[in-house]
Amino acid sequence: MSDLLLPPELRYAGIIEQRKNEDGSELSILNLGPTHPATHGIFQNILLMDGERIIDGEGTVGYIHRAFEKIAENRPFYQITPLTDRMNYCSSPINNMGWWMTLEKALGIEVPKRAQYLRVIVMELARIADHIICNSVLGVDTGALTGFLYVFQYREKIYEIYEEICGARLTTNMGRIGGFERDWSPLAFEKLNTLLEEFPPIWREFENLLTRNRIFMDRTINVGPISAEKAINYGFTGPNLRAAGVDYDIRVMQPYSSYEDFEFNIPVGKSGDTYDRFCVRNAEVWESLSIIKQALAKLPEGPYHADVPDYYLPPKDEVYNNMEALIYHFKIVMGEISVPVTEVYHPVEGGNGELGFYLVTDGSRTAYRLHFRRPCFIYYQAFNDMVQGQMLSDAIATLSSLNVIAGELDA
Amino acid sequence: MALETAVIQNTLTDQFGDKVRHFQQIHDILTFEVQTENITEVMGFLKDDKTMRFNFLTTLCGMHFPDAEAGRQFGMVYHMHNWMDNVRVRIKCFMPADKPEIDSVTGLFRSANWQERETYDFFGIIFKGHPQLKRILNMDEMQSFPMRKEFPLEDGGRTDKDDRFFGRTTDNC
Repeated sequence: MSDLLLPPELRYAGIIEQRKNEDGSELSILNLGPTHPATHGIFQNILLMDGERIIDGEGTVGYIHRAFEKIAENRPFYQITPLTDRMNYCSSPINNMGWWMTLEKALGIEVPKRAQYLRVIVMELARIADHIICNSVLGVDTGALTGFLYVFQYREKIYEIYEEICGARLTTNMGRIGGFERDWSPLAFEKLNTLLEEFPPIWREFENLLTRNRIFMDRTINVGPISAEKAINYGFTGPNLRAAGVDYDIRVMQPYSSYEDFEFNIPVGKSGDTYDRFCVRNAEVWESLSIIKQALAKLPEGPYHADVPDYYLPPKDEVYNNMEALIYHFKIVMGEISVPVTEVYHPVEGGNGELGFYLVTDGSRTAYRLHFRRPCFIYYQAFNDMVQGQMLSDAIATLSSLNVIAGELDA
Repeated sequence: MALETAVIQNTLTDQFGDKVRHFQQIHDILTFEVQTENITEVMGFLKDDKTMRFNFLTTLCGMHFPDAEAGRQFGMVYHMHNWMDNVRVRIKCFMPADKPEIDSVTGLFRSANWQERETYDFFGIIFKGHPQLKRILNMDEMQSFPMRKEFPLEDGGRTDKDDRFFGRTTDNC
């Protein structure tokens, strides 16, 4: 047990010494990362290799750890949103919305239906953007750049919609306690409709490019499989768990933001291998598109934010022209208005799985403790287990299909 | 038929008596406290019992209450989720400041491995029986446990910015 505490290179030295082959060849240690194009972010895998086969390995994380939880203890609630943005930066609006919903739960705020529907649309757009990146990059890692270049422009289109809604593209910092900063402009809806028209045929084509592609199938089927029991034990959620055949989805288990109003399926796989993860994500994009269409069709009229002047930042126009609004703005931004003493846990279905916020407040201007349940951090520990006995190139494909985002891994 | 919170409370009280207490419904989650030395026993029961079926460890995290009464300065919070009945529970344990030690639950849930390492890294809570208790996000050479309340986020001696004008003091950073 104690040698597990040694750095891997020292720990493996003994194993390498013991297992020298007769022909003089020996096991080798390979450093995959920390900054390797295939690791999709900064983290290191030290692998013990027998030729091209992986015998053992250890992942080292923490290279971009930015102490989000500590900072969150020292900042008023509005200033925590930029931190959540930077966790899963491929789908940051989901993180933002999850954080607002956590606060709303703590404060007991009822969000109007229109704001809830708009949130659903944004979150599903974010999920599509997340899956576009994950799946197309899986194509890149197995040697097909075309798909990536082809669908990546649609992530840009989604970012343009974000830009139209809130002014930012990647780290959106979108929304407010109780709803949105302003109602969506007609141009935002126009762009959304264009996306809904143009994107499906492109995504269909992308699927055709890879799903029945012989090389892609050979590179992904039975690669990095994980059984359902093991996946649950390892804390898997989201598409990675669903690929193993478990239909666990927070949107259905514990509907938030009016998800119960929409009809959608939960795509599941069978074997939990890389190919299944790819297919589950593909199918989820279709479900997300369907949810967006339903939400647009049923979008209710009404206010786009809850009437909570104590917590909702006043509109900018009024801040510039009205003393009362300016004072409120200042009070809210500086955290003069506190949250009652309580504790809440609120999960949302992030791009990677159950993204949870555990907030403990003590009545002061800041959170007493804020813990992020980061799906990546929890399931990445299974990676070593999944690739043992596989080839090095399989490890790359597995890693890619897990959709590991370093910002979420390290916080 | 969903699992009622009263059933959870009664079953646990029957099974463990005084070792589980302070049952409380906070928002949507049943919260209770478990004696630190019984945590693996209680969580194992919650996981394996035919009616409880809390098959999933959602998350775990440490807490620090420097001003709390003796024996309760450090806390551990576990969130467990029963997927069949869709019920969540929150379990809390408290530890004294001079001996923050608790049994590791890695034997029950492999997902606890890194999370416990993270908690050790930040709070210095020792998980007995953990296979690889070393720092994970911070440097191995680090001496302090940064999420403890006594470690301020910013250097209090800084003179280039005066936060008093913005409602901040060195106490609340």
